[in-house]
Amino acid sequence: MTQEINQGRRSALKTGGATAVFGLFIAAGLVRPNTALAQAAGWNQGAFAAKGVDSTVKALGGATPAQTKDVNWGSTPEIAENGAVVPVSITSSIPKTESISILVEKNPNTLSAVFTIPPGTDPSISTRVKMGESSAVYALIKADGKYYVAQRDIKVTLGGCGG
Amino acid sequence: MADPMRIRAKMEGDKTVVRVLMSHEMETGQRKDAAGKTIPAMFIQEVTATCNGKTVLSAQWGTSISKNPYLQFQFSGAKAGDKVVVSWVDSKGDKRSDEAAIAA
Repeated sequence: MTQEINQGRRSALKTGGATAVFGLFIAAGLVRPNTALAQAAGWNQGAFAAKGVDSTVKALGGATPAQTKDVNWGSTPEIAENGAVVPVSITSSIPKTESISILVEKNPNTLSAVFTIPPGTDPSISTRVKMGESSAVYALIKADGKYYVAQRDIKVTLGGCGG
Repeated sequence: MADPMRIRAKMEGDKTVVRVLMSHEMETGQRKDAAGKTIPAMFIQEVTATCNGKTVLSAQWGTSISKNPYLQFQFSGAKAGDKVVVSWVDSKGDKRSDEAAIAA
């Protein structure tokens, strides 16, 4: 009989325990309920909160990146009519490229995205980003453990961060 | 739940080119509603694409990826008929996973 009770308590604690503790944290004011919580495990909150290129690169672990010309910007425009939807295409020709990150210098939070390129995948991605205003856009490439950066200036005629 | 992703995967030579259009608000947390209250951030944080059980791309995104995100990438080692699976997790913990067969 004792065995059953203990098991019941154990599973209740397992399922309810985590949320209960979290509830305590909210009540204690340690976590504000409408904070954008990093639900996805491993999401690099520090890097995405950084402002400016230098602090973002530092937060990504990339101390002093070397300037590189080995980045092709594909169809990335120099003038974007709509800052809400700016196409960015980055192809790295640096051997052993492991990741490609997009930084928009003048956005409220500089880091837009980090793409991890496994072996077998081309170091080439295309996506669309929001730009609040005309700004330098950087491709930060991590290749063979070292960091490289290339810059593209994009003029925006209508800012796209909302508000 | 969000609308399905539109995934097009096609062989171009010996590479598989994948184009994805996701359906997501990608709310930055900077906008205010009509009453002046800030609309909370809600955005895709992690994206993973796999093919034949192998990860072919993974990404972490912030709020400045455009609404209804577009993504294009390409990889080697697959053939027509293989399945590409694209999944995402957002800042509220919502998830979505869709797949498409690679066209010749």
